[in-house]
Amino acid sequence: MTETVIATEKLTRRLTGEVTVTLVEDATLAVHEGEFVAITGASGSGKSSLLYLLGLLDRPTSGQMWLRGDETSNLDEAALAGLRLTEVGFVFQFHFLLPEFSALENVMLPMQRRDRLPQPEIAVRAAELLDSLGLAGETNKLPRQLSGGQSQRVAIARALANDPLLILADEPTGNLDTLASANVQRILMDLARDYGRAVVVVTHDRDFAKAADRVIVMSDGRIRDA
Amino acid sequence: MIGLASRIALKHLLARRRQSLVSLSGIVLGVAFFLAVSSLMQGSENDFIRRLVDNSPHITIEDEFRNPRMQPVEQLYPLGAIEIRRVKPLTETRGIRGYPQILEGLRTLPALRASPVLAGQALVSFAGKDIAVSLNGMIPAEVNDVSTIQNYMIAGSVDALTVNPDGIILGDALARKLSLALGENVTVTAPTGEVHTFKILGLFHTGRADYDNTQTFADLKRVQALLKRLNRANTIIMKLDDPQRAHAVADEVENRYGYKSVSWQEANEDLMSTLTTRNIIMYTVVSAVLVVAAFGIYNVISTVVLEKQRDIAILKSMGFRARDIRRIFLVQGVLLGLAGSALGLPLGAALMLSLMQIRLKFPGSSDPVPLPIDWNWPQFAIAAAFAMGAALCAGLLPARKAASVQPVDILRGAQ
Repeated sequence: MTETVIATEKLTRRLTGEVTVTLVEDATLAVHEGEFVAITGASGSGKSSLLYLLGLLDRPTSGQMWLRGDETSNLDEAALAGLRLTEVGFVFQFHFLLPEFSALENVMLPMQRRDRLPQPEIAVRAAELLDSLGLAGETNKLPRQLSGGQSQRVAIARALANDPLLILADEPTGNLDTLASANVQRILMDLARDYGRAVVVVTHDRDFAKAADRVIVMSDGRIRDA
Repeated sequence: MIGLASRIALKHLLARRRQSLVSLSGIVLGVAFFLAVSSLMQGSENDFIRRLVDNSPHITIEDEFRNPRMQPVEQLYPLGAIEIRRVKPLTETRGIRGYPQILEGLRTLPALRASPVLAGQALVSFAGKDIAVSLNGMIPAEVNDVSTIQNYMIAGSVDALTVNPDGIILGDALARKLSLALGENVTVTAPTGEVHTFKILGLFHTGRADYDNTQTFADLKRVQALLKRLNRANTIIMKLDDPQRAHAVADEVENRYGYKSVSWQEANEDLMSTLTTRNIIMYTVVSAVLVVAAFGIYNVISTVVLEKQRDIAILKSMGFRARDIRRIFLVQGVLLGLAGSALGLPLGAALMLSLMQIRLKFPGSSDPVPLPIDWNWPQFAIAAAFAMGAALCAGLLPARKAASVQPVDILRGAQ
């Protein structure tokens, strides 16, 4: 029996203002260890908003959410940041690497923030992660010196730095060519199948979605098909 | 986390080298200017106080009481409702009663030298000219213990009064006015009508026109006789090894003997408060320079915060807390403050050295003197502390803004 990594119950997120906008409504889902889930839907259907809620970057207006069985709705900002540090790894459409830091330093950042390992061990682990993603020769390069596919792999290495159980990727191949896209797709799927991580990917790519264990289709903020 | 915040902060500043250098140079100049001006002001204040302390008694016991003396019946019934009418003060020769006994008592106190003075008004006459002067009767052997007048002698000496009690010491300005010279005789007339002829045994020049024109010194016994106040002194002047104790010792002496004892601090209260006001004005003006420099830092850090919104969002998505983000941008202020102090203090010291080369001739001073500069470490510490304070304040607002960035708002916009 695989453990449920993240589960939601009637999760809703509304933006209040002159006009109230519903980003996500009554989203109920569960993602388990080793499961690769794709979220698809038209632009503005609430895919990314749901991902930010799952990644504890945003707070739901109503509903409940559990990360590894622990309710997260009532946690304060610092506690949520702590969970993001240890339990969640983000990969975005644009790699979003810090431009002043080398590839190695970008991967080291989450481990340095966690401050659990001594500095030399952090450097060794970061180098191993980059090596495992085929970036052994690129460790000291700055993001501007890397290709799009290489940068996205550095971003994946950074997401894996603190060994999180939940990997959330927002259009990770949306900005890559076919070859790089296939490479990133393979890495993310391996993370779920070979390393038991729960991987949730927001994608427009039908082939990418087809390869997933489960596809969640969203429309107007609601889950239409799961 | 401090190490990580410092590394990120440093990378941010180095990424905007030119802007960082401009704001850094503002702090460097601010610190240097602050240090040079404050050390000059403090140096001149120290010099002023040193002259004040050296040239005037540290404590003066006067022949009066701070509060009217209590009537015996008031002393007997301190809580009684007493009304005394038609009190007529006793007419007696003015002066400190039993001053030799008081002096004996004072001399038992440690690190203190005391000597009696009988000061009064008199007329110095020569060649048909009469000039009113202040005649100070002192014990010649003790003058050098309680006064620095010997340092200002330009002819003769104070010690000559010990050999010739009929001698007098005048300021050179007074002597010039009366066309007198060392060794000549001068007639001194007291308000009592008594007249005595003194021989000029010394001339002094302090540089203070009023003092050089009006002060004269003679033997105590002769002055007592001239003023018809035998065995009286109206002042006891004291010098302490540590002038800063003057206030406390003056209080103790007044409590013990009852006579009004005035420390040099009390006597110059108005001047001291003027110095305080001057310091406030000076620190306000030079701080303004640092405040302007702080705006430069604010500008740099604010720009970095604006430009790094996406990076802040990413850091937050990685698990950096709001306080970690705040720290990164505060550290930027600290780094600029530290670098500004590290470069500004040596530059300030160089400015101080340059100022020391300037020699000015002040009114009343006969020779050009270098500008007084205070080289003590507190000046450096105050300048560095002001710079750090200004830099920290400049970083505070942008740091708070950075900490409040909502990652989702930024990430949504970046899609």
